[in-house]
Amino acid sequence: MSDDPIVQMTGIRKDFTGVRALDGVDFTLRPGEIHAVMGENGAGKSTLIKVLTGVHAPDAGEILLEGRPVRFHSPGGAQAAGISTVYQEVNLTDNLSVAENLFAGREPRRGPFIDFRAMRRKARALLAEIGIDLNVAAPLSAYSIAMQQLVAIARAVDIEAKVLILDEPTSSLDRDEVEVLLGVMRRLAEGGTALVFISHFLDQVYEIADRMTVLRNGALVGSWATADLPQGELIGHMLGREAATLEQIERDASAHRVADEEPLVRAEGLGRKGSIAPYDLTIRRGEVVGLAGLLGSGRTETARLIAGADRADAGSLVFDGAPAGRHNPRTAAARGIAFCPENRKTEGLVGDLSVAENMILAMQASRGWARSVPAARRDRLVAEFIEKLDIRPADPAMPVKNLSGGNQQKVLLARWMLVEPKLLILDEPTRGIDVGAKADIQRLVAELSGGGMAVLFVSAELDEVTRLSDRIAVLRDRALVAVLESEADMTTDRIVDAIVSGGHRA
Amino acid sequence: MNAYTKRLMWPVIILVALVAVNIAATGIDFIVPSVHDGRLGGAFVNILRRSAPLLLISLGMTLVIATKGIDLSVGAVYAIGAAIACQMIIDAPDQTSAGLVAAAVALALAVTAVIGAWNGVMVARFGIQPIVATLILMIAGRGIAQLVTGGQIPKVQDASPFTGIGRGSLWTIPIPIWIAVLTLVALALLTRRTALGMLLESVGGNPEASRLAGIRAKGITVLVYLVCGLCAGLAGLIGAANLGSADANNGGLWIELDAILAVVIGGTALLGGRFFLLGTTIGVVIIGTLEDTIINVGLSSQWQFTAKAIVVFAVALLQSPEFRAWVLKPFKRRPAAPAPAPAEEVLAK
Repeated sequence: MSDDPIVQMTGIRKDFTGVRALDGVDFTLRPGEIHAVMGENGAGKSTLIKVLTGVHAPDAGEILLEGRPVRFHSPGGAQAAGISTVYQEVNLTDNLSVAENLFAGREPRRGPFIDFRAMRRKARALLAEIGIDLNVAAPLSAYSIAMQQLVAIARAVDIEAKVLILDEPTSSLDRDEVEVLLGVMRRLAEGGTALVFISHFLDQVYEIADRMTVLRNGALVGSWATADLPQGELIGHMLGREAATLEQIERDASAHRVADEEPLVRAEGLGRKGSIAPYDLTIRRGEVVGLAGLLGSGRTETARLIAGADRADAGSLVFDGAPAGRHNPRTAAARGIAFCPENRKTEGLVGDLSVAENMILAMQASRGWARSVPAARRDRLVAEFIEKLDIRPADPAMPVKNLSGGNQQKVLLARWMLVEPKLLILDEPTRGIDVGAKADIQRLVAELSGGGMAVLFVSAELDEVTRLSDRIAVLRDRALVAVLESEADMTTDRIVDAIVSGGHRA
Repeated sequence: MNAYTKRLMWPVIILVALVAVNIAATGIDFIVPSVHDGRLGGAFVNILRRSAPLLLISLGMTLVIATKGIDLSVGAVYAIGAAIACQMIIDAPDQTSAGLVAAAVALALAVTAVIGAWNGVMVARFGIQPIVATLILMIAGRGIAQLVTGGQIPKVQDASPFTGIGRGSLWTIPIPIWIAVLTLVALALLTRRTALGMLLESVGGNPEASRLAGIRAKGITVLVYLVCGLCAGLAGLIGAANLGSADANNGGLWIELDAILAVVIGGTALLGGRFFLLGTTIGVVIIGTLEDTIINVGLSSQWQFTAKAIVVFAVALLQSPEFRAWVLKPFKRRPAAPAPAPAEEVLAK
């Protein structure tokens, strides 16, 4: 590892209309190191990266690349200088082939024509190098988001990057894929590439990062070698308060056990061809039922059938004592079922609308367009929930797309809490959001179920599922394979066991 | 300055500039209304009167565009509305009967509303792309209008009260202006006093999120196309009443393009979502004023299309954040530190 930094940013300041996103931040990156940038959502991580990659121009400060001052005016400029980025959302073209995506803009040519054969050969070699095997002639859309992510990384790797920035690359990958990715990262670092790694998964950060730079509210907290910064301290730096550990919401699960009459939700043989095999599931009032399983196991699909987001083609659903006949999002909402979908940007929020409008949307939808929610009531409710959920900035008129992920998630939650549903379905509510907001949301779930609301909670993080759930339904290969009921079963090990043995049973 | 007034700023500036050019060319009389025979007149009032049909259509179009849709059939619906009313009146023995005119107007509006709803059903229920769904009636609509008139151009007697819709005035203000302004107010109230506007913007901004939030998107979409059809029919009535005849082939020809233009000038994005009825109104007046400006500054009328294109170009540029940043760049104060060389140059060394 050389001591001459490849990237040195000093005193970086960036203002967006009225908001100071970065305030005098320094950042140093050395060749061959894996450097994690840590912070809550809204801490300024993304802005710092965007300044480095030429998406935003800094309002003050200096960037040195290999000792020479640079100012990038576009992502292309940064890329040409050897700074590549892989974003959380895959930035590739769905309907082009894997090979075309890998070589878009730099296709191997024969005369004026693209040499497709050479392109496919090179694509196969490139993917083999990072250890994945795909049909490079197939359209990218044929593969899972996880695979697409790896293709994006392969593309970035191949562009001879001196600096490779990975912004939440693992948030949609399962455990094996994460291992592949981390392996690729290590190999690149050994080859002298400097990597910037942004992730909310602390385990991964501790596994792979050499150094960490922590930001909070747009300001630099400090930089440390990973070995010198224990997890508790890191969380303390990120949150800026006494390590508000997630353990504190350890809920007294027994208090929620309701010696029950009829369960609120009774799904019998509910299923949808090609999506999820028929399953039985009950949810009682005041109970949190977790859905656990690997990526693609059918967690989301299970939840969507109960939510009415997809139409079931088998089985029956009884809700609150009455069979759910026509079941779609609207009738489901009318029955008291609230659904916060997995992908808050594409399925949850309307980005151009304000925080207040997004919050009021479900309530307004149930009233129909002719009966507007009175302005006074609306303002009161919105203000109440902005305060209750600690949504920042606390500006009801701000377009929701300008909020950070955690705050967007809170807006979505507020939308449904406003209508006081009987069943709240949360699909990955804590994905891609910071530790603080995560703790807030988990606390909220515990609180709501304490108040008698039934919650169906989907999460990729087993820790989170075990911490919150009264019962856990385990899925594998698009089938529900086990329901863990007893207190003793609420451990990640038992879930993993269930996933493994569920496989044998099938 | 909030987002709403910010959106309106550039269209207003353009309109003021156009008016200023006209005043410079023809004197202050351009903008000051005059009164003749108890009727408001003058160049600008005439522009407003002539713009009324386009305004009606543009308002309907604004709502359709807010849902991520588009309605190409409005010109044809204009012709159908005009044809039905005129044909019914000339077929009657006494064209001066007020009851007859009222019935003709009601029938024309009912038919155009049904046509609009049909467009809406095609889009919302059958999932046909709006541009395709409305293209069908854009083509077929004029044929329907021809069938109604039997291929003739029905001419209504000047004595019929029908012509008053286009030529008359109430309290000195021309009837077409009354109709357009009342429609603007009615639609503004309909969308902003109820939740319709917000739900429209939600459906246009993110259809899937809206579905999952439980919004009845289909009903709202059909309603919006129905309103658009109704507006086009009303515009057709004004146009026909003004001329005293209905031309199935040329009535409202290409008006859909001017309407889309007005919507865009007014700040509503073709991608759907946020919409601005007042912006659209200003857009319509800009288009109307522009036509007079060309004559007033002494250009031949052949310049009309070119000049329109230039204005569109200017508005589009002014509304582009990238362009504004680029233009304003030299005026922004740089940080005190000397600007480092661009990366590309460094690399070239």
